[in-house]
Amino acid sequence: MIPLHFITTLAGTTVLEAVRNRLFWLAAIVVGVALGLAQFLNQVAITESLEIQVALLAALLRVAAVFIVATFIITSMVREANDKVTELMLSQPAPRSSYFLGKFAGYAFVAVSLAVVFALPLALFAPTAGLMAWAASLVCELLIVTSVSLFCVISLTQVLSAFAATTAFYFLSRSMAAMQVIAGASLTSEHTFADAAINWIVDAIALILPSLDRMTRIDWLVNAGPGMDETLGLLAQSAIYVVLIASAALFDLHRKNY
Amino acid sequence: MAERPPSDVPKAVLAILAGALALQITLKMSHPVTPPAASDLHPPPSQASLRLASLGDPIPLAKVLMLYLQSFDYQALNRIPYQALNYDTVRQWLLRVLWLDPRGQYPLLAASRLYAEVPDETKVRQMLEFVYEQFAGDPDRRWPWLAHAAAIAKHRLDDLPLAKRYAAAIQQHATGPNVPLWAKQMEVFILEDMNELETARIMIGGFLSSGTIHDPAEIRFLDQRLREIEARLKSQP
Repeated sequence: MIPLHFITTLAGTTVLEAVRNRLFWLAAIVVGVALGLAQFLNQVAITESLEIQVALLAALLRVAAVFIVATFIITSMVREANDKVTELMLSQPAPRSSYFLGKFAGYAFVAVSLAVVFALPLALFAPTAGLMAWAASLVCELLIVTSVSLFCVISLTQVLSAFAATTAFYFLSRSMAAMQVIAGASLTSEHTFADAAINWIVDAIALILPSLDRMTRIDWLVNAGPGMDETLGLLAQSAIYVVLIASAALFDLHRKNY
Repeated sequence: MAERPPSDVPKAVLAILAGALALQITLKMSHPVTPPAASDLHPPPSQASLRLASLGDPIPLAKVLMLYLQSFDYQALNRIPYQALNYDTVRQWLLRVLWLDPRGQYPLLAASRLYAEVPDETKVRQMLEFVYEQFAGDPDRRWPWLAHAAAIAKHRLDDLPLAKRYAAAIQQHATGPNVPLWAKQMEVFILEDMNELETARIMIGGFLSSGTIHDPAEIRFLDQRLREIEARLKSQP
């Protein structure tokens, strides 16, 4: 039987921790600063001022959301481990997967709330359809970042290494498609073993990374939103990747000795 | 502290992990990355935007932009790469890359040896003129690309006056100690009745023996070009 009470309590305390860490105040400050920047850009732009505002505001909010979510999860988990709270929770009569699900549910709630808060200011500048797609995609992106941050902090246990690994994952996922295109445009017709090996490695890494470059795109806000096929594809990608990384984190959690 | 054995992990977790990994790989394989088409190449960002994007260090950005530009309209299956590109846009990109990294040679190599290889005389002339214009900015470093442009003008375009103009520019402006004698006397090659292969052999051989090329990839590239010219001339009646 799944200990639902344990999972919901753990999720609730995780959200409470976010509130007490003033995470939502930080989010409000970021939104305020972003709106101020948008107003400044509106003053200086000669043309396409709305597009410039939307593009820079959305880019800034997306990166800020990813940074806040990853930093909160990593520091929270490390603090819990240092305070021996993790050991206390694992000593409860509930399986380790329940502990993981509780933490994941709490962090996921924070990530979704943050995505909604960060999408709101864009409603002033962007069309509704595009904004809905952008916000839904930001939710998916933050859920992926949540699972990867949890995986990294469970595996690496240190703030610095976990944050570096999460950052590397994020930038690699965003730039992998461009790297594949560049790797495929080698100008020499004779491919050496090294060329073939590098291409193979790049393709293999790309297979196990999510297509973050196709998600939360600013052109949805400036031009038109994604089609139904693309939206479903992104939802499927996010769901599969969250399950994949969560199960990898669970695998690691079950192998750890506390 | 030693970790627990993998057999301690619940079977359900292993099954979900394996299943999700298989799904992820299947999903990614069903959406292969497609190389950008020629029409996808938009004009480059402004100098101010690039300066901002470079974060005060323009050389890495120049290198990445060059690789980015090179990937447009180039596919292994493309019989003639680059010919569908808008060359005004390509020229703007090359200018931006040179502006970011004036000592970099890649944009001029690309202009003279990649983008000037297309079977479209107008586009070839556009790239040769680009090389000629940019040669004036740093003749002692950029002469090899103008020398190649002179060879293209003579053999591909059959335009001796143009070839002579480029050769004369090298003779007049590339006066540094590192410029080999054959380059300074390029005009003679232009006037002599040599075929394309002979010219290419002298030029590429000259580049390699002068020691001005150190990059193994560039040596391989030039060697490959030489063999392509040989094969093309052999196949001609």
